[in-house]
Amino acid sequence: MSSATAKGIKTRINSLKKTEQITKAMEMVAASKLNHAQAKVLNSRPYFEILFSTISNIAASESDLSSPYLKKRDVKKSVYVVIAGDRGLAGGYNHNILKMCLSEIEAKNAVVLPIGSKAVEYFKLRDADILTENYTLAEGVGVGDCFSIAKTLCKGFKSGEYDEICVGYTNFVSVLSQTPAVLPLLPLKGYEKGKTTQSDILYEPSSTEAFDAIIPEYLGGVLYGCLCESRAAEQAARRTAMDSATQNAEEMIDDLSLKYNQIRQTAITNEIIEIVAGSQ
Amino acid sequence: MTSFPLKIVTPDGLQFEGQAEELIVRTIAGDIGVLAGHTDCVSPLGMGMATVVIDGEKKYAACIGGMLSVLKGDVTLIPTTFEWADEINAERAADSERRAKEIIENRSSSDTELKLAEARLKRSLIRQSVAQYRNVR
Repeated sequence: MSSATAKGIKTRINSLKKTEQITKAMEMVAASKLNHAQAKVLNSRPYFEILFSTISNIAASESDLSSPYLKKRDVKKSVYVVIAGDRGLAGGYNHNILKMCLSEIEAKNAVVLPIGSKAVEYFKLRDADILTENYTLAEGVGVGDCFSIAKTLCKGFKSGEYDEICVGYTNFVSVLSQTPAVLPLLPLKGYEKGKTTQSDILYEPSSTEAFDAIIPEYLGGVLYGCLCESRAAEQAARRTAMDSATQNAEEMIDDLSLKYNQIRQTAITNEIIEIVAGSQ
Repeated sequence: MTSFPLKIVTPDGLQFEGQAEELIVRTIAGDIGVLAGHTDCVSPLGMGMATVVIDGEKKYAACIGGMLSVLKGDVTLIPTTFEWADEINAERAADSERRAKEIIENRSSSDTELKLAEARLKRSLIRQSVAQYRNVR
């Protein structure tokens, strides 16, 4: 009886050790990927910030609201670009962003453009309107893809097919903290009535042409920035999750080893007692 | 010469931040020159060479896509790609030119392939021509 339990514990310890090895390896992979992703985020952040603030400034000082990108309209149809990961085992990373976006999408008439296979699966399962499934691998989406997504979305926005464009992504605050966020991209908000600043901005060649060329660039740039943030956040979340998994496995192994030794010791003591009793 | 604050950022990072005296860039409507005290101005960028004068020294760069904005004296250049002349890998550009030409000459190339190849050819030609300014001051 006792030897059977001891054997059982031994197998459990062995399987836990294997799990620990896997989680440890995954943590190390995530840590090295995080380094790359972090460097990319730090490089792209100034671009992202300056692009965003410049466009906001332009929008704020532009009082001519005839441009379709600035005009606020009744939202009949929205597009949500949702950036999630390709793989699980990253703690709450995928769940947090997907849940946040779903709650917003359900309240509106919206189509989704999922990036990352977890996002594609999630929205397919929930019968959401999916714009395209071309971007199933978040890992493989580059700057060029971001710009081509932006171009298609802008075309749809301008023709009135969509009235609002938002992006759902995860902000890489630090290695330990990542926050999901939904960022409205179009229409540009900024100009408010009451602030009667006369617009003196000179557009070359003309404001319509300038906006037509700049807005897709802006959208693409922001999407790329969001993608970089999300990727870094994913690796950071996975690293933390795998780190705690490894620690848990270690604790369990310690616990079980103690139990195993106790059982072994009792078995030996029992045997000695039996031998001593027999010889008397 | 009076200088103005200039920022140049690309998705790959901050390329320049500081005072400059003159900036010439190729926009979709042709070359625009910016000096200190320029009026507020916004323009999308085309593909071409950018010239920046910093401390009286001319620097050249290949500057493709994006936008130029002058707001309240702050000049911000946000191109998609921006490479200083001495950073350009001319061999790679020549390579890319050759490959693009192959695709364009190949009759079985699809429309999207052709478009991409044309854009690539343009970029590589600009890079190569800017690379010649490497040691020009």
